[in-house]
Order: sequence, then C-alpha cells, then structure tokens
Amino acid sequence: MTNHPDMIMGTSQPVARVRLSPSRMLGLGLMALLAIAAIGGPALIGGDPAKQSLLHTLEGPSPAHPLGTDNLGRDMASRLLSGAQLSLSLAFLSVITAGLPGTVLGVAAAWFGGWPDRVLGAFADAVLALPGLLLVLMLAAISPGSWWALYAGISLTLWVEYFRYTRQRARIVLAEPAVEASRLLGLGPWLLIRRHLIPEIGPGLLTVAAFGAATAVTAVAALGFVSVGIRPPTAEWGVMMTELLPYWREAPFLILQPVACLVLTVLALHLSAGGARRP
Amino acid sequence: MRSFARSFLAALATRGLQAVIVAVIVGVVSFAMMQALPGDAAYRIAAGRYGYDMMDAAAAEAVRVELGLDRPALVQLWSWLTTLAQFDLGISAVYGTPVADEIATQLGYTMLLAAGAVVTSLLIALPLGIASGLNPGGALDRATLGVSIFLRAIPAFALGVVLVLVFAVQLKLFPVAGFKSFANLVLPSLTLGLGLASVSNRVVRDAVADAMNADWRLFARTKGLSARMTLWRHVLRNAALPVVTYVGVQLAYLIEGVVIVETVFAWPGIGHALVHAIFGRDIAMVQGTALVLGLTYVALNLIVDLACRGIDPRERSA
Amino acid sequence: MSQSIKVEDLSVFAGNTRLLGPVSFAVSPEASLVIMGETGAGKSLIAQAILGTLPASLRADGQIVVNGRDLNTLTPVERAAMWGHELATLPQEPWRALDPLMRAFPQVSETFRHVANMSAAQARRATEYAFETLDLTGAEWRLPGALSGGMAQRVAFAATTAGNAPILLADEPTKGLDAERHDKVVSLLAEVPASGGTLLTITHEVSVARRLGGQVIVLRNGQLVEQGDAETVLTTPASPYTQDLLNAAPQNWPRSKPHTAGEVVLTARDLTLARNGSPLVSGFDLTLRAGERVALTGPSGVGKTTLLDALAGLLSPVRGTVKRAPSLSRTTVQKLYQDPPAAFPPRVPLRLTLQDVARLHGTDWDRVELYLEDLGVHPSLLERRPDAVSGGELQRISIARAMTVGPRILLADEPTSRLDPITQRDTLAMLARVAAKEDIAVVLVTHDPCIASNWADRLIELA
Repeated sequence: MTNHPDMIMGTSQPVARVRLSPSRMLGLGLMALLAIAAIGGPALIGGDPAKQSLLHTLEGPSPAHPLGTDNLGRDMASRLLSGAQLSLSLAFLSVITAGLPGTVLGVAAAWFGGWPDRVLGAFADAVLALPGLLLVLMLAAISPGSWWALYAGISLTLWVEYFRYTRQRARIVLAEPAVEASRLLGLGPWLLIRRHLIPEIGPGLLTVAAFGAATAVTAVAALGFVSVGIRPPTAEWGVMMTELLPYWREAPFLILQPVACLVLTVLALHLSAGGARRP
Repeated sequence: MRSFARSFLAALATRGLQAVIVAVIVGVVSFAMMQALPGDAAYRIAAGRYGYDMMDAAAAEAVRVELGLDRPALVQLWSWLTTLAQFDLGISAVYGTPVADEIATQLGYTMLLAAGAVVTSLLIALPLGIASGLNPGGALDRATLGVSIFLRAIPAFALGVVLVLVFAVQLKLFPVAGFKSFANLVLPSLTLGLGLASVSNRVVRDAVADAMNADWRLFARTKGLSARMTLWRHVLRNAALPVVTYVGVQLAYLIEGVVIVETVFAWPGIGHALVHAIFGRDIAMVQGTALVLGLTYVALNLIVDLACRGIDPRERSA
Repeated sequence: MSQSIKVEDLSVFAGNTRLLGPVSFAVSPEASLVIMGETGAGKSLIAQAILGTLPASLRADGQIVVNGRDLNTLTPVERAAMWGHELATLPQEPWRALDPLMRAFPQVSETFRHVANMSAAQARRATEYAFETLDLTGAEWRLPGALSGGMAQRVAFAATTAGNAPILLADEPTKGLDAERHDKVVSLLAEVPASGGTLLTITHEVSVARRLGGQVIVLRNGQLVEQGDAETVLTTPASPYTQDLLNAAPQNWPRSKPHTAGEVVLTARDLTLARNGSPLVSGFDLTLRAGERVALTGPSGVGKTTLLDALAGLLSPVRGTVKRAPSLSRTTVQKLYQDPPAAFPPRVPLRLTLQDVARLHGTDWDRVELYLEDLGVHPSLLERRPDAVSGGELQRISIARAMTVGPRILLADEPTSRLDPITQRDTLAMLARVAAKEDIAVVLVTHDPCIASNWADRLIELA
C-alpha cells in the first residue's frame, strides 16, 4: 500500500489544520505591533503632539525628541503615534461599519434572490459607478476637515466590497449540492450558515477586510495630503507629509517618517490579507 | 453577428445607465456641498472672486442673484439637476468662466497622463508577467512577487513624493511639477504606471501560468502543434482574457490615481482642478470635474467590456 | 521494427517510491493493447511515460522504443516532435482538452493545416469530411462549452488523429459518457487497428477491453497483476483480482430477486417538468411502494436528474402532482449524489456533519455507528474532511447519513458512476441490503442498462 498514488496525492490525509503562511504571520505580527504602539504609545512617550516650540524646529533625534521635531518644533514621535491612532482607529471602525452591513446584506441577497437581490445589487452598482476614492473625496468634501464626514464617506464606499464578495461567494455556496443535501436532511438556516457559509466564506472575508482597512488608511492619508481631508493642526500622516515637504532639503529624514509609517501599515495589512491581490 | 450586435447593445445600455447614476450622484453631492457651505455662500464666492478689499454687500447680492442662492433647497436641487441634464455645467464661481471651457483644456492633459501611465504599466507588467508566468516559482517570479508586494503598499502620492525627491530634486533628471514639455510627463506617468504594474504584472503572470498549465495547451501540443504555434494560436488569447478583464478593475485605480498624482505634480488636468475646487469651495467646478472624471471612467469601462467581448466568443453566444 | 511500441521494465518513481511497474509489453501495427485497473492503479502513468509528459516530480525508468527509436536517446524537444506525427493522444477529459475560446472546426482543421501540412483548402475539405464521418455535422461552429461530452470526445478524436499518427493512446476514452455515446467512441477506437494503426487504450471498464480485444494488461496499485491475450485474461483469468474485476462488471452481477412491495409511499401523476424554461419530462406517472427498487434510465439530457428533483420536492412541476404518503414527513425523502465530495459541507469534519443530523432527528449516536459499521466504514474516517476520504467510502458515509434521518424513500442520482467497478458493485450491494432491511424504496438513476436490469426490481426508461 505504500506506493499507492493516492497516498502521495494526499487524498488519504487526515483533516488539515489551517496553517498561516510565514508572510501572513509577519503581516499579523506587524499589525499587532502597530496596534500596540498606537494604543499604548502616546501614554508611554508622554509627549504632546500639538505643543510647539519655535526654538527647536527641524531638529534631528535627541533624548527629548527621539525622532526629531517638525517645522513648528513639535515632537515627531508623538505626532506619528497620534497619526497612527487616528488612521488605525478609523480603519478598524470602517471594517465594522462597512463589513457588518456589507456581509449581512450580501448573504441576504444571495439567500433570498429575487427583488431583494436586485434592489441591493442596484444600490451597490450605484456606489460602484464612481471610483471609490472619488466618492470618498466628494462625500468628505461636503463637510471639509470633519473626521465624521471622512469616516462616513469611507464606510459608505467600502461596504460594497464586502457585499459584492459575500453575495457572489454565497450564491455559489448556496447552489452547491452539499447545501441541497443539508436542506433535505432538515438543517435550518442557522446550521446552514454555520456549517456551509461561515467556513467557506469566512477566510476570504478576512482578506477583504484587511484590504479594506488598507484602503481606508490610504484614503485618509491621500485626502489629508491633498488638503481636502483631515486638516492641520491635527497630526495625520498625509497632513504631516504636506507640512514637511517644503523642508525636505534641510531635513529629509523628517518627510520620510510619515511616508515610512504609512507604507509599513499598508504593507502589514496587505501581508496579513494573505494574498498578492484582492480576492 | 446579430448576437454580437445584441451583446454590444446590452453593454451600451448597462454603461449608459451607469453614466446617468454618475451624473445624479455627482449632482446631488455637489448640491449638498453647496448647502453645507459655512456662512453666506454669496459672500464667500464674491470674496473669492473680487478679493476681500474690493467686495461689499452689493457684490454679494449680485452673486446671490446670479447663482440663484436665495431659493428653497429642494427647488434649488431640482433646478440644479435639470440644469445638469441640459449639459450646462455652469460658471466657475472662482474664475467666472464657463466650467466646460476650463475642463475642455484640462481633459487633454488628463488623458495624456492616463495614457502615459497605462503605457508605462504595460511596458513593465507585460514582459515581467509573461516571463514570470512561463517559469512559475523561478527566481524572476519570486523577485517580482516581492517587489510587487512592496510597491503595492506604497500609496500613489507617497510614491510620487519619493520619486520627486529622488529624480527631480536630488538627481535633477526630470522637472518637478507643472507642464512645460514632455519631460514633465515622465515622473507622474512612472508614479501611476508603477502602481498599476505592481498588481497587473501578477495578473499577467497568473494568466500565463494558468494557460501554460491548462489541459487544452498540452492537448494542442500532443496533437502536434509546435510550442510557438500553440503560444500564438491558443495560449496568448486565453491568457489575454483575464488580463483585459483586470484592466477594467484597474480603471478605478487609474482615475483615483489621476486625482492624487496630478495634485502632487501640479499637473494641469481635471484631477488637480477637482482638488483645487474642493479646497476653494468652487462648487460648479467640483461638479463639472467630478462628472467628467466619472463619465470618463464609465466610457473606459465600456471600451474594456467591448474588448472582452471581442476576445471571448462565449460572451457573444451566451 | 515490427513493433510500434516496445516497453521494457518500465517503472515510474516519485523520489524513491515506486508508483508503477515494472511492466513490459510490445504492440505491433494493426494490434491493440488494453491497460486495465482501478483509479490510482497507475494506468495513466504509462501513457504519460510514453509521451514524456510525466509531472516533473516523477521519474521514469526502463526502456521505451517507439517505431524503432529508443526514447531514452532523445531530447525532450525530439520527443515532443513525435507528438501528432507518430503518437496521437485521446485525452481523458475532452472538454478540458479543447481550447475554450476556439470553435470546434478550427481546432480540428489546424491539425490538418499545421501538423499534416496541408494547404488551407485541403485542410478545410479534410475537416469537413472528418465532421461528416464522425456525425458531428452542425457542431462545426460551436464552442467546446456548447458541445456534449460525446461530441467533445469526437472533436478531440478528429483533432488528434488529423496528423495521421500511426499510434493512438486513449486514456479513459469512455469516462462519463452514456451508453449510446460510449458505444460510438469504442467502435471508433476499434477502427484504428483495423485500418493499420496501433491502439493503446487505458480503461477501467471490462466491456471496453472485451470490445477492443488484443492484448490486456491488468494493474493493481501500480503492480502488474496479469498480462496476456484478451480472450484468455477476460474469460479464464489466472489471478483472483482479475476475476473479481470481471465479476464486478454490471453485466455479470446476479439479478436481484424480486421481493414483495409494501404500501404506497409516493405517487406522481401526469408530471410535466421543465428546467430553465425548456420542457423535459411530460405525462410521467409513478407509484412507489416501500422496499421497491426502481431504476430510471435514458440518454443524457433527457431529464433524469430533473425528475428526481421533482420527486424530492426540490422542483415544482409545470403540471401534475407528486404526493408522499400522508404519514411521511418531508425529511423521509433523501437523496444520494453523483459526486459524493460535493454533497458534504467541505470544510467540516464528517463526524460533525453526522452529529448535526443525528441531533436534529433525535437519533442515538450508537445507532449511527451501527449503520457505519454495517456499511463497512471505519470510525476513524469521521475525523477527516470529505476531500480526505475516497469516493467509495464517502458514498457509504452519505448512505449512513441518509439512514440517520430514518428515510422511507432514497433517490440516488448516479451514485456510483464515478467509482471503480469493484467499489461500484460493493456500494450498490450495500445500498440494496440496507434498503431491504429497513424497507426503504429506492429510485436509482443510472446510464448503465446492465446495472438497471440487474440491480432493480423495476425499470423505467425515459426517452
């Protein structure tokens, strides 16, 4: 029996454990570090991101200011951490406010079909009629500089990603003979969701969520950078880049700091998504 | 051929509806933006137009009448949308010139940048993707995967800033901003093109690898076609389909990228104008630029739809 | 030089593990060789070794001589140059072997044009002739997705033989075809040696080997079991395994003993059905009694599965009625599926799936274990996911799952058509035994007339 091809092809293996790839572990580890820094960092450093000191502008690293000071003499380390708090909390909240309705509506559309599916589909198509960032830009511009407008714009745009993914996958899963068999065997909606939908859609949904969070972080910074999102003096990575860009010659290390933070965060989210691209 | 005509019309109808939705969303949001303006809109606009020293209540009143700012909100929204439906984009509140005229000049610049970006991305993604896909798991494949993941994590504007610092300011190879000659096109195209290529090279790679692994490719070979003949007659067409489909997905990135990258490089296109208009609360201009960007997006999607139908005969018979 | 293919001591290894062999054989022109064995017996490895298309992780050892040329002395490019010109291949899955974006006609004509090096006009005429003789008229401008399995198989046959190669390798050429199309393909293959070619066929079907004749090789787990003339091997086999394989062919099954049918459990009256708007079945009547075994046969696409869905209450008829006996609840009608892995939640261990069903219907777990034991399922298999269990085992688990509900009617949709002959026979025998014990009515959809007549008490033919 040892030379049976089935053994080599792995068809006789016991249940495989879900194993995370090394790059995914790296991404999740980085995300954990960033989250800890954003939550605990400001208290640990104790600096005030808004406190100006016009005698100490554009300084390099020192014991008092481990990452230097910006053009108004504000502490870079506490500004970066404060920016991390803003970006990550907004990304996290948007995962909830976009992901929950998007997923529930996606399952509902696939489950019921018919007119609920058509109405929800049309609604999603309307949101997708414009490129995502353009819509966020427009919605955020109704009330410029407001955190809430930005947050609402991002959530309103991103729910469609969850909706589309869930609807499409749930449609396929619900049409499988396995679901028909389970229904014939008397399984109710709750068991169908637990045994079929969650195990088959859940992992992909986490990938959508990670990419969605990355999109949110990028959007906040991009809008801040072009001065139509979060406004100064709030410490936000995109805003900081705009502020520090004119001083790139005197202090190139300063402008590179928010860039590095942003890239690191997006990279960590992409890696933890576990795919080179969206599902 | 009749089925092709029918599917052509179907694509046209879907995208036509999408264009209407774009117009309504842009119109309503622009209107909401105007309603949300802090203080007296007329005063702000007048101030923006004539400067604070030169303006007075009479000037504000003139603006109020000119722009019809004293009617009830719903009436205003209706007239706002009907005006839009007549393709009347109005007058820029800041420049005092017709928005359509402003956009007509900007659109050319935006198209130039978009074309530059797409060509750049294809020049990068096609050779790398095809080479990686022909030898999946090889050194080139792994290297491009690593670089792609890293490049993808850099948002377009951050990449733009880095490229400006390195190539324009430090090495002085290319001009920093604005548009004076085609040398100005290099950095913004590269910024956007790298972003597009970082994903599309993987799509090309997967498509080629899938096609090379497919049963039908092996069958084409075992029935006697040479490797080259199989590539030209079967592999490329099958591999092109997911790639062209993905171009449709990337259009959103392209339009978003145009808005941000034009701003970074002070490129005189529509995206830059939009950001400028939002900043200056020039609502008519916001509406016009957003509308044209949205409609461009729809039109490009239509082209991709038709290209897919051209490549895939299944779409036509379905 | 008299032999077209001579294979000596061919073995295939994965690392140091021997997957196949050693086998030796020789086939002359105008002769046929059939390689028989179950799934996983390593049959396809022989064809891949001859072609030179083994996966990179496998290694072939031994000598293969094709038309007098020792393949060991040839480079991969030289070996590939023989494809189509000296060696033609009929693929296992014709649908997947045809370019999905190219219509049927050019897929055939390109071989005439570029392999047989005909002029464009000659190639067109040759292709037209091939479509005519293969009964493919009307399919010329269809895409592979719009061809039936039998048509796709014939298009692939035309495409691969257009290069006029003297040797044809056919890998499971009858897989998934209904009885009529099955015969068509086999007679097509039988013409190859008759017209001077060499035929090498890989199959798990005894009937195919019998029709083609010539030499037969029987493999089991990659090992040679028996080798010789078809007549000898297929009538008086030397090894017990071959005997078992022969007995497992449906035409050799013992006929089921008719037994007394019980009370009526289901009636269908004047059923008219449609799927996606196209009418399939009309005016169908059925009275099903407890303990009865009914076989439902008919060509592909006639609506067998649709009818089963209507009986299960999954599809409402256009006209007519399906009524269960008033005492029977909805879940007393259960279904068995063609592809067992597709009928289970894929990411859930089997034990959990069975426990859910047992809990819902208040069945003791001890009882479930009894069913499993009765069906010969080892309890350790339940810790696995459906994709980690063989098809035969999984189908038996799905019978146990259905039994857990306490069904009165089992609707089985070709439940064994993807299983090997021995497994197929054993599985259907167990189904019959379990159904008889619990007095369950079974409706079996099958495309094999021998299964239908030998296994069932009653035969319904849809046409």
